[in-house]
Amino acid sequence: MSSSSLSTSQQMNSQLEPSKAAAMAAPTLPTGAEILIRSMEAEGVEIVFGHPGGAVIAIYDEMHRINPSFEHVLVRHEQGGTHAAEGYAKATGKVGTVLVTSGPGATNCVTGIADAYMDSIPIVVFTGQVPTKMIGNDAFQECDTIGVTRSITKHSFLVRDVRDLAATVKKAYYIARTGRPGPVVVDLPKDILAARAPFRYPDSITIPGYSTVGKGNSGQVKKAAEMIQQAERPLFYVGGGTIISGGAEKLTSIARRANIPVTTTLHGLGSFPENDPLSVGMLGMHGTWYANQAVQNTDLLIAVGARFDDRVTGKIEAWAPHAKIIHIDIDPACISKNVPVDCPILGDVSLVLDQLDSLVEENDHPEWLAQIDAWRQECPLDFERDGALRPQEIIRAIRDRTEGEAVVVTDVGQNQMWGAQFYSYVNPRSHITSGGLGTMGFSLPAAMGAAFGLRGTGRDVVSINGDGGVMMNIQELGVAAAHGLPLKVVILNNSFLGMVRQWQELFHDERYSHTHLEPTNPDFVALAKAFGCEGLYCDDPEDIEKTLDAAWAVTDRPVVMEFKVITEEKVFPMVPAGAATDDMITAVFSPEDCA
Amino acid sequence: MQEASHFTPQQLFRKQAAGESLHPDGEDAVHRHVLTVLVENTIGALNRVANLFSQRGFNLESVTVGEARDPSQSRLTLVTTGNDRIIGQVLKQLHGLIDTLEVDDVTHEDHVERELCLVKIRCNSEERASILAVVDIFRANVVNITPDSLTFEVTGPTAKVNAFIGLLKDYDLSEVARSGRVAMRRRLAFEH
Repeated sequence: MSSSSLSTSQQMNSQLEPSKAAAMAAPTLPTGAEILIRSMEAEGVEIVFGHPGGAVIAIYDEMHRINPSFEHVLVRHEQGGTHAAEGYAKATGKVGTVLVTSGPGATNCVTGIADAYMDSIPIVVFTGQVPTKMIGNDAFQECDTIGVTRSITKHSFLVRDVRDLAATVKKAYYIARTGRPGPVVVDLPKDILAARAPFRYPDSITIPGYSTVGKGNSGQVKKAAEMIQQAERPLFYVGGGTIISGGAEKLTSIARRANIPVTTTLHGLGSFPENDPLSVGMLGMHGTWYANQAVQNTDLLIAVGARFDDRVTGKIEAWAPHAKIIHIDIDPACISKNVPVDCPILGDVSLVLDQLDSLVEENDHPEWLAQIDAWRQECPLDFERDGALRPQEIIRAIRDRTEGEAVVVTDVGQNQMWGAQFYSYVNPRSHITSGGLGTMGFSLPAAMGAAFGLRGTGRDVVSINGDGGVMMNIQELGVAAAHGLPLKVVILNNSFLGMVRQWQELFHDERYSHTHLEPTNPDFVALAKAFGCEGLYCDDPEDIEKTLDAAWAVTDRPVVMEFKVITEEKVFPMVPAGAATDDMITAVFSPEDCA
Repeated sequence: MQEASHFTPQQLFRKQAAGESLHPDGEDAVHRHVLTVLVENTIGALNRVANLFSQRGFNLESVTVGEARDPSQSRLTLVTTGNDRIIGQVLKQLHGLIDTLEVDDVTHEDHVERELCLVKIRCNSEERASILAVVDIFRANVVNITPDSLTFEVTGPTAKVNAFIGLLKDYDLSEVARSGRVAMRRRLAFEH
C-alpha cells in the first residue's frame, strides 16, 4: 500500500458517527470510485487489465487524479483482459484483476470468466452497471451481469450501498483466492461510484456461509498411508490443485521415497518433473500410451487435486478398472462427483501431503516400474522425422533453447496437445492453458498477463498457438508491443483448424467441412510488424534453430514466429471421445521410424 | 455394457456406491429427497439456489421459501430426485454456495412435512351440501364462498393433498394452487 493511501484512509476513518460525518464533511468524503481504487491498493493489487466506458468513467477519472499504486493496462478487448488476468494469476499465484464497463464490456468478459471458473483461477472482475434506479429499464449499455454470470462465477456481488463497497472488495478477493479458487464478479452501479462515504478498508470480514478446509481428517490420512504401503501397483494421478496449493515439492518427495510413478493431468503438468524416471507424463485422451496403460493396470490410484474430467477418463465405466482410489481435494463437491472413491480426503492438498509425507515409508515396486518401462519402450512419445516441418520438433527445439525453464502458454487444439506432450515440464506454474473450457484465443492474452506478472524475473514466456486460435485475440499483440514485453509468440500454421480437421479425417471420412483457414489467414509476419512486433517465418526443419536464434535476440518487444507446418500431422496417441481408455489409437508410424 | 458378473470388484463397488444399475438396460434406483436449506435472506441467494439446479441438471420437484426464525435468513424446502451419486452432488453443491448457511437432508430423519393447497370449485347452491360433506372428511376449511363458487384450504402431507384434489375431480374444479412442501425435523436441530 502506498503512503498516500495510508494517509487518506486515516483522514477518512473519522471517529464521528457516519451520519454526522456525512453531514459535516460530505464534500471531502471520497467517492465510490475513489473507495474502489483505495480498496484495490489496500488489497495489494499490482496490475489491472481494463477497458473504460461510460459506466466506469468515474473510476478512470479518479485513477487519472490519484495515480494509484497499481498499474493499469489498457487491453484492446475485454475478453483479452480476462485472459490476461488469468495468465497473471496462473503465473504468479496471485489474484488477477479486471475492470470493464457495463453491458458489452461485461458480456465480453463472459468467456474469460467461464474459463477461470472451469480452471479454478482466482480473478476479480469489476463491471460497471447503469445507475441503480435505471436497472431493469433496458437502459443504454445495460445487461444483467450478475444474472448472466451466475453459473460461471464462484460468487458475485451487486453493490447497492457505497458504504458496503470496501468490505465487498475485500470479500471478493478473499473468496477468489481461498478454498478452490475461482472468478468473482463485482457489479458497480454508476450512482454508487458517485456517492460518497467514509473510507476504511476492513481488517477482517465475516462471510457466514463460507468456510475453507485445511488439514485432512487424520484417520483418513492414516488409512490412505496404509493403502499406499500395501499397494503393489500404485500410481499418482496429479491435477492442477496440487500446483495451486503449492504441494508439488511434497508430492515429489513422497513419490520418490515410495517409488510411486506419477501421471499428471493437463493442468498438473509441472507438478512433478517430467524428466524424472518415475514420470509417465500426461494421461487421458492425448496422454502417453504408457500413462494410460498404467492407469488401466494400477491397483491404487492416488488422485491429488484432480477432478476426473471426461478428457482424462474417457468412458468412465471402463476406466482404471482395478484401482482402489484415494482422492485428496479441497472441494467436497469434486469428491465422488464422477467416480465414487474408496478413500476420500477433504483438505488443502499441500497440507494433506504434509500429513502423508510423515506417514509414507520408503518402498519400492521393481516389477511395476519395470512393466511401465516396458510399456514406455513399446510405444514412446515421438514423431516422424522425414524432412517435413512438424510442430513437435519445434516444441522440442523451444524446450532445448529454454532448458525447460520457460513459462509455456498454449492455446486450444492440436498446438495445445503438442505443447503438453513435448515440452517436458519440470517446474510448477510453467504450463498455462485453457483446459476445462477449451477457449481458443486464450494463449496470446494469457501469455501477455503472465509476462506482466513475471517482469524482472528473467523468465521466458512462450505463447504457442495455431493459426485458428491466434486470430481470436490477435489485437492484444499491440498491447504487448506497447509495453515492450519480450513475448515469444509461436504460430504453428497448418492452414486448418487442426484438431477439428483431425476428427474429420479420423471419424468423419475426411469431410473437411469449414476447417480450411488458408483463404482467410493473414500474412502473419506482416501482421506482427503492423502491431510493432518482430515477425519471423520458417517452413523448413533446418531453419528452426536459426529462427529461434533470431527470436531470442530480440528483448524489447514481442516476436511472432510463424512456422508453416504440414497440414496432415495429427496428435497421437488418442482415445476417441467417449471411448474406453483401452481403445487408445497409437501413432501410425512405428518406433523404428524415429530417429 | 458388461453383465454384472463381468465387472471387476472395483467397478462393482463404484456402481453400487453411485446407486447405478448393474444391468445393461436397467434403470438406476432413483429416490425422492426432501432437503431443508438455510440461506442469507437476499434475492441473490434464492436465485443462486434455483440456478444451481438448472446449471447442474438436477431435478427440482418443488421449492418453497420464506423468512426463517432470523429474518436475515431464508429457509427453503426443496424436493429433488436422483440416484445416490446425484443426491450426494445436490447436497455438496448446495453447501458450496457462498450464501448457504445450512443444508439438511431430512428424508430419512424423523420429520414432519406439510403442504398447503387452495382449491376453487364452480358450483351452484344445490351442489354445495354434497361438496361440503366431502371436504369435511379432509378437515378442509371454506375460505371463500360466492353464489357460483366455493374455495377451500387444505393442509397436510402431500399424499393427503393429492387425495383431496383427486376426490374433487368429480366436481367442476376451477383452480388449484399448491404451496409445495415445507419440512422440519421433529427434534431440536438445524436452526440454532
